[in-house]
Amino acid sequence: MTTVGSSLRRKPGRARRFQSERVKPGGASWQHRLRRDWPLLLMTLPVIVLLGVFHYFPTLGNVIAFQDYSPYDGIRGSEFIGFANFHRMFAEPAFWSALWNTLAITAFQLVFYFPVPIFLALLLNSVLSVRIRTLVQGVVYLPHFFSWVLVVSLFQQMIGGAGLLAQSLRSHGFEAADLMTRPDSFIVLVTAQAIWKDAGWGMIVFLAALSTINPALYEAAAADGANRWRRMWHITLPGLRPVIVLLLILRLGDALTVGFEQFILQRSAVGGGAAEVLDTYVYYQGLLVGDFGYGAAAGLLKGLVGLVLVLAANRFAHLIGEQGVYSRS
Amino acid sequence: MTTQQAPVRRKPQPPTAVPPRATRRRTEEETGRPVWEEEPSFFGRLSKPVVLGLVVLIVAFPLYVVVVTSLSSTEAVTRAGGLVIVPRELTVAAYVQLLSGGVVTRALMISTLITVIGTFLSLAITVLAAYGLSRPGSLFHRPLLFVVLLTFLFGPGIIPSYLVVNALGLIDSYSSLILPTAVSAFNLIVMRSFFMGIPGELIDSARIDGAGEFAVLTRIVMPLSRAVVAVVGLFYAVGYWNAFFNALLYINDNNKWPLQMVLRTYIVQASPLPTGAGGISSVGLGLDPAPTLAIKMAIVVIAIVPVLVIYPFIQKHFTKGVIIGAVKG
Repeated sequence: MTTVGSSLRRKPGRARRFQSERVKPGGASWQHRLRRDWPLLLMTLPVIVLLGVFHYFPTLGNVIAFQDYSPYDGIRGSEFIGFANFHRMFAEPAFWSALWNTLAITAFQLVFYFPVPIFLALLLNSVLSVRIRTLVQGVVYLPHFFSWVLVVSLFQQMIGGAGLLAQSLRSHGFEAADLMTRPDSFIVLVTAQAIWKDAGWGMIVFLAALSTINPALYEAAAADGANRWRRMWHITLPGLRPVIVLLLILRLGDALTVGFEQFILQRSAVGGGAAEVLDTYVYYQGLLVGDFGYGAAAGLLKGLVGLVLVLAANRFAHLIGEQGVYSRS
Repeated sequence: MTTQQAPVRRKPQPPTAVPPRATRRRTEEETGRPVWEEEPSFFGRLSKPVVLGLVVLIVAFPLYVVVVTSLSSTEAVTRAGGLVIVPRELTVAAYVQLLSGGVVTRALMISTLITVIGTFLSLAITVLAAYGLSRPGSLFHRPLLFVVLLTFLFGPGIIPSYLVVNALGLIDSYSSLILPTAVSAFNLIVMRSFFMGIPGELIDSARIDGAGEFAVLTRIVMPLSRAVVAVVGLFYAVGYWNAFFNALLYINDNNKWPLQMVLRTYIVQASPLPTGAGGISSVGLGLDPAPTLAIKMAIVVIAIVPVLVIYPFIQKHFTKGVIIGAVKG
């Protein structure tokens, strides 16, 4: 990693070390490097401290998953009960229901949400006018920056029981259902919300990938008589393949996470039967019911399985010859 | 959907033989379409604007309705039977009422303060750490980078995080809305990638002129990185402004609620605003027991407006900032 840049960094008086390091990269003693690099370390310190306190330290706190934790006794005072919390969890139908809901929503969104940004990007990329392209991008990126509270509020005003749709249906003499509180169509509702909020933004990566495809390929293909659809099939889609695989893998690795805020906001309206996902289950069991150890056990299991899924998905990506996410560079 | 067409004739025609405009193929200068590309079929020419228009409409229409309703008088809302589509009798009464003190005013101030302070803090430590980790060959930069990247793989879980924040005595304090989410590893990596793309020669030349690390960062790196700082700043600001989960977990005192919590209670749950012990009540807000729809929609608009205001300034930098993170990160 020692490049010309770093060795030139040497002060003039230390010319000899400069020489030796160039010959043998990384050969400089760590004391010397500390004297040289302490300002950089100092700059990194605040972030490392914050991550330590609010990320790594709480991660250790997961030991309460193996305890009959009580806030009054604390971690040190609470009794260790081995895997009892996990045994209880596996015997709990509500846990399996939350797991099932999570996986069902993930699968549903893979089919109905995942392709939307790709289609949008292909469509927008074929628009010739730069002005229209910028305008559409500006509009469809916007909802990504809205909070879930806002998105749910807007959906409620549009298709909820007192919303615009119901309002106009009623005024024309139809019966209006409240689409925001129906458990059986909840999976469609959350997917629609996710598409409305993030599909436009998801396009940005595909647009970037499209812009890296060499236009000469299209011209050559056209000269060889390939029509629009054949050019898309043989040039555009192969160009997008790495990004598609990457995002697909990321999504699969994240299969146990479908979003927390979106579900906690609508759980009371729809009911725990359809709207309970793993994250909300952890929150309800752990913090609202006050069963900290049990909630932490559910959270820990989710975290560990998620970790295995991500690593497996990444390994799989390497196997099929794609770059994957966590490459070694 | 088959639009098989005859291969494009590429031989330039003599100027005298230009056919009448209706049948002449328009030139590249006129359409932006490369000469080798077929002209779209009638269907293609028709469907593209329709689909794009529909997409834009789906995003923009709810926002339009909400804004118009918030600006409508009580009579206009009553006449429309709910949400208003055609603006008539516009008034800013709802906003005057909301912003003249009371729950929403206070929540707005809290959210603004948290967003400003939080964004400033996050941006500062992110820039520092991104630079600290971006110098090739510096001491410990690999293990420290690993510490940052590892946070992508494993989250600490809701309950241990809560316990740590609780143990630090941050429950019901505003710093609980800032510190736990102050560092985003994603933003840090985006910024670091950008810094690493700055030519080493520039940095070296500054160093030869006697600049220390901090001077290099503020005089060379920062001025070259306005785009990525703007985008990361927007990401942080939007994150703080939209944060709802933190407040749900850590803020029990509803006098300290940020705007998103008020929005959730008031719009999503449709409960009356909290009449806290702190002297704030819905009487102070001047609301009758059943507040008007205009007021509800005005709260929604107040939550959107800051995003709408910053957004256009940052939008042009999106592709740069996000793509670096997505492709290189």
